[in-house]
Amino acid sequence: MADAAENQTVPTEDESRRDFLLHATVATGAVGVAMSMWPLINSMNPAADTLALSSVEASLAGLEEGQAITISWRGKPVFVRYRTAAEIEGARSERWQDMPDPQSDEERVQNEKYLIVIGVCTHLGCIPLGQKTTETRGDYGGYFCPCHGSHYDLSARIRRGPAPTNLEVPEYTFLSETNIRIG
Amino acid sequence: MSTEKGWGMRAFDWFEERLPIVSFIDNSVGSKYPAPKNLNYFWNFGALAGLVLVIMIVTGILLAMSYTPHVDHAFQSVERIMRDVNSGWLLRYMHANGASFFFIVVYIHIFRGLYYGSYKSPREVLWWLGIIIMLLMMATAFMGYVLPWGQMSFWGATVITNLFSAVPLIGDKIVTLLWGGFSVDNATLNRFFALHYLLPFVLVGVVVLHIWALHIPGSNNPVGIDAAPQDKIPFHPYYTVKDMFGVGVFLLAYFTVVFWFPNIMGHTDNYIPANPLSTPAHIVPEWYFLPFYAILRSIDDKLTGVILMFGSILILFVLPWLDTSRVRSASFRPIYKVLFWVFLIDCVVLTWCGAQVAEGLPLILSRVGTFWYFFHFLVLLPVIGWIETPKPLPISISTPVVAKPAE
Ligand code: FES
Repeated sequence: MADAAENQTVPTEDESRRDFLLHATVATGAVGVAMSMWPLINSMNPAADTLALSSVEASLAGLEEGQAITISWRGKPVFVRYRTAAEIEGARSERWQDMPDPQSDEERVQNEKYLIVIGVCTHLGCIPLGQKTTETRGDYGGYFCPCHGSHYDLSARIRRGPAPTNLEVPEYTFLSETNIRIG
Repeated sequence: MSTEKGWGMRAFDWFEERLPIVSFIDNSVGSKYPAPKNLNYFWNFGALAGLVLVIMIVTGILLAMSYTPHVDHAFQSVERIMRDVNSGWLLRYMHANGASFFFIVVYIHIFRGLYYGSYKSPREVLWWLGIIIMLLMMATAFMGYVLPWGQMSFWGATVITNLFSAVPLIGDKIVTLLWGGFSVDNATLNRFFALHYLLPFVLVGVVVLHIWALHIPGSNNPVGIDAAPQDKIPFHPYYTVKDMFGVGVFLLAYFTVVFWFPNIMGHTDNYIPANPLSTPAHIVPEWYFLPFYAILRSIDDKLTGVILMFGSILILFVLPWLDTSRVRSASFRPIYKVLFWVFLIDCVVLTWCGAQVAEGLPLILSRVGTFWYFFHFLVLLPVIGWIETPKPLPISISTPVVAKPAE
């Protein structure tokens, strides 16, 4: 019992100092370990050479009204469609404010003739149909994704189906009347 | 006659004193593990799953010696395995069908647990470890299916990795991190190969924990009550022999498929090399993912679909608390017994729906099926635990045999 009495005489101040040191050490160690994880995780992100392949140039000279071509960019297809006057009219006549992902056609094209979008369904990444003349273009005349049934319109906006957003418009610039650079 | 031990026995004792590994194994799956004497054939499937895991690791390591994880060579290296590598076709068919049989065996093992209440106290942690094993199996199987780099490999990988883009705010960043690029590409194939090689060994680790957790309370049994010591028999030789018989039957079924129907559970499109610019008309995952795929597609909203799909597995973690009945075996639970079979049918229906185009009848059925799946766990199980009157439980697991069959 003498031992217990002696133990109790240890100043509490000292104990709380020791606790503080212990907690501070553990906290510093934990932060250090967490920070050292980042380079490990980041090594899985796109490498420099992958990033370097991030732009492609293409000529639209051969494309005629009503035709479409697919360009491969960053391993994904980019859909380019030379829209007819009726198609442009169709894309602009409807009220876009009520669509699932409201965006006007004007916002989505630089030159109204050319609709340029990434041909990857925003649902789970399938390639929608509609580029080839033999393919179905869905209920809204643009693109149709057969994987889970997403319908896109003449401005590649999502109109019906599980996809949450419109087909993405990549960054692109017209180098001349018929030459573009994507990326 | 001398009582002196022979030199072999003494050498053995010398080693056991320093590393008691033989007695460890004997305690785990040998003569020192007392198991209830009434285990039926459904208790074979745990051992079978262990066997398939070993088959998968052995064939997998040998396949890896001839496989090239590069987008330009992967498909051809698999064809080379099929045509040129000695017994390569056998290794690949054993491995590909082994994955299917792994899931067959494990699904039966899980439904066994559901029927006989093996997830209930005191076996909750054992059950959790089982779910973790299933999740690891799914991740491993998914990444393995990508390796041959056929059309289904590529598009399956695209669709499944894109599931993570449903995560609010950082979804796209996560997907880019998973891909190591802007689409499923060489970087993706490389890391999937690395992980596909790693995860089975993680799986072995969790299996060891699963068996460890099994030995704390001991095996459940068809009657579901705790077995008294006099109602237990040594695992070896009784159940090792019974398991060996099961192994024989299993291998007959397995090799029948491997030799005569090796592609019956595969998809023909995967014999077309991957083409990132064209999606096959009808993407289907491997059959063992179909019910979850049906749940995903049953909802028109991406995020909800993804949450429901992951939720359908994660809900199993809380099953021990959702089921409010304290009676384990369905043999004594008249209402639960019916619900169990309805649930099993529900899972089969969802599996069928997952393979169809999501419109018309399959779509309606997958919605009903998804509703029922969650209704079963979230409403029926808690409620019937209260309203159901279980049949009287026997005093010991011998009683039903002595008196009359419990069924
Ligand atoms: S990926 Fe296009 S609808 Fe699902």
